[in-house]
Amino acid sequence: MATVLSRSTDPAAVGPAIRARSLDVGYRKKPVWHGATFEIGRGEFVAVIGPNGAGKTTLFRLLLGLQRPLGGDLEVFGEVPRRGNPRIGYVPQRHTIDADTHVAAESLVQLGATGTRLGPGLADRAQREAAAEALGSVGAADLATRSLGGLSGGELQRVFLAEALAGNPDMLLLDEPLSNLDLRRSRELVEVVHELVRSRGVTTLLVAHDINPLIKCLDKVIYIANGNVATGRPEAVLTSESLTALYGVPVEVLHDSRGNIVIVGGENPHEGAA
Amino acid sequence: MTAFSWNIVTDLRSMWQYAFMRNAFEAGTVVAIVAGVIGYFVVLRRSAFATHALGHVGFSGAAGAVLFGVNPVYGLLLFTTGGGTGMALLGRRASTRDIEIGTVLAFMLGLGLIFLSLYNGYATEAYSILFGEILGISDAGVLLTVEAGVFVLAVLLLIYRPLLFSSLDEDVAEARGLPMLALNLVFMLLLAVAISFAVQVVGVLLIFALMVTPAATAVRLTRRPLYAIVVSASVALFSIWAGLFVAWYEQYPPSFFIVTIAFAIYLVVRGGPFVLDALERLVRPSGRATGGRSAGRFTPNTETEAER
Repeated sequence: MATVLSRSTDPAAVGPAIRARSLDVGYRKKPVWHGATFEIGRGEFVAVIGPNGAGKTTLFRLLLGLQRPLGGDLEVFGEVPRRGNPRIGYVPQRHTIDADTHVAAESLVQLGATGTRLGPGLADRAQREAAAEALGSVGAADLATRSLGGLSGGELQRVFLAEALAGNPDMLLLDEPLSNLDLRRSRELVEVVHELVRSRGVTTLLVAHDINPLIKCLDKVIYIANGNVATGRPEAVLTSESLTALYGVPVEVLHDSRGNIVIVGGENPHEGAA
Repeated sequence: MTAFSWNIVTDLRSMWQYAFMRNAFEAGTVVAIVAGVIGYFVVLRRSAFATHALGHVGFSGAAGAVLFGVNPVYGLLLFTTGGGTGMALLGRRASTRDIEIGTVLAFMLGLGLIFLSLYNGYATEAYSILFGEILGISDAGVLLTVEAGVFVLAVLLLIYRPLLFSSLDEDVAEARGLPMLALNLVFMLLLAVAISFAVQVVGVLLIFALMVTPAATAVRLTRRPLYAIVVSASVALFSIWAGLFVAWYEQYPPSFFIVTIAFAIYLVVRGGPFVLDALERLVRPSGRATGGRSAGRFTPNTETEAER
């Protein structure tokens, strides 16, 4: 009875983080993918993969309320997506800062916490604490006073992650945070994100080209290709049968001795194997 | 007129016996603070070209006002706010704006030229719009400057965090729900007002000295935005006061001294560390550890550039 009551009074407190029902997505007259039905549970770590132009970033734009679906339903924490949802932290694709930007990293992270508020926030001690905490939780406390323009690609990604975290979100959307990093820094960043998922229970979607640095930490994979979307546990989605059905052409998933996978075939074999 | 003494307070007092000097110091103070503060956002948003263009657009407005016998500042305000609105609506991405701004700019300058040639008065009017006429500000002009300055600073204070957020990280700020078009529009309008009044002091051609140079100096001295804004306003303020002070004793245009002092401060701040560094290496050629550390401090980008 109590459960039923709380469900009816606060529908956002229970249920999945994301629920999509026969979702059609795209731009006017140019559908990107269609008929997607899936659920992402709270606190899950999910990789979004697929070839270039398949609509991975489009999924993020829908969740952020920057774009509307062409058809079907999409819910984020039980609500229709809306722009400016403070429960979502976001790191955009190809996100960089001009090397000429002489601003301390912590100033940007503070804006992640309170950047939408009016007034100068001179006496806002909470925003400073939130920034310090966020930087600490991504292992970047030492970057706080460094200039944004002088940070390396890996350092910047941590600062952006802290900026997204500073608003204390329930969901993180990370669009290709690994794309400019070498293998070692990729693995380090994945470790940081995985730790955030575990310790804070923050639902995390991460767009990636290469599934291999992530594969051991993932709860789910959203695989978008050829206008179709497949969602499920990595070992269920990343099989020759499932990807062949997704692409509509023969695709083979190969495993090496260290657990890495290589995807051969599909419409863009180079991307798939990347 | 009294001669220069080393007692600066006495010197200032003797200058301030004259109304035109009092007005120059008062209007100059307001303009310096406003330009220094908004200049920080100009540097952060890379709107230097838009600033430059707004000044030139303002020139046409001022020339038109002179032609119709109106106070030039109203012509400036009309044209700069119109131009600023146009620029804001053309596109919010600074990187894509240069071409459009340049196109409009060229046309507006042509318009200014025809206004000037239609006006059969003296060339001094054009000269003072181009290079400023800080010693010719009336009591009413000071009052108007103070009102406009207070207005610009109050709005900037109110939208400080959203403006800073959108300047530093446009994509995330937009996803977080900030109205990017409205913020950009408000910023361009504030910039237009600030420029219109700064033109009285240094003119449209020298507007950079107040709008860009002090902020470009400040970001080299501190990485905290609020500190940088204070430093930027202080540099602009010092440049104007010192420029007026020197111009009192040396009968050359105050604008020249103002821009020269601002530039000199910039040079010292940009070049100083390298000079110190070189000196340190000269004095201690074997002290690689200390030399290397300070070199790293002043050129923090060198080791990480390759990764980006």
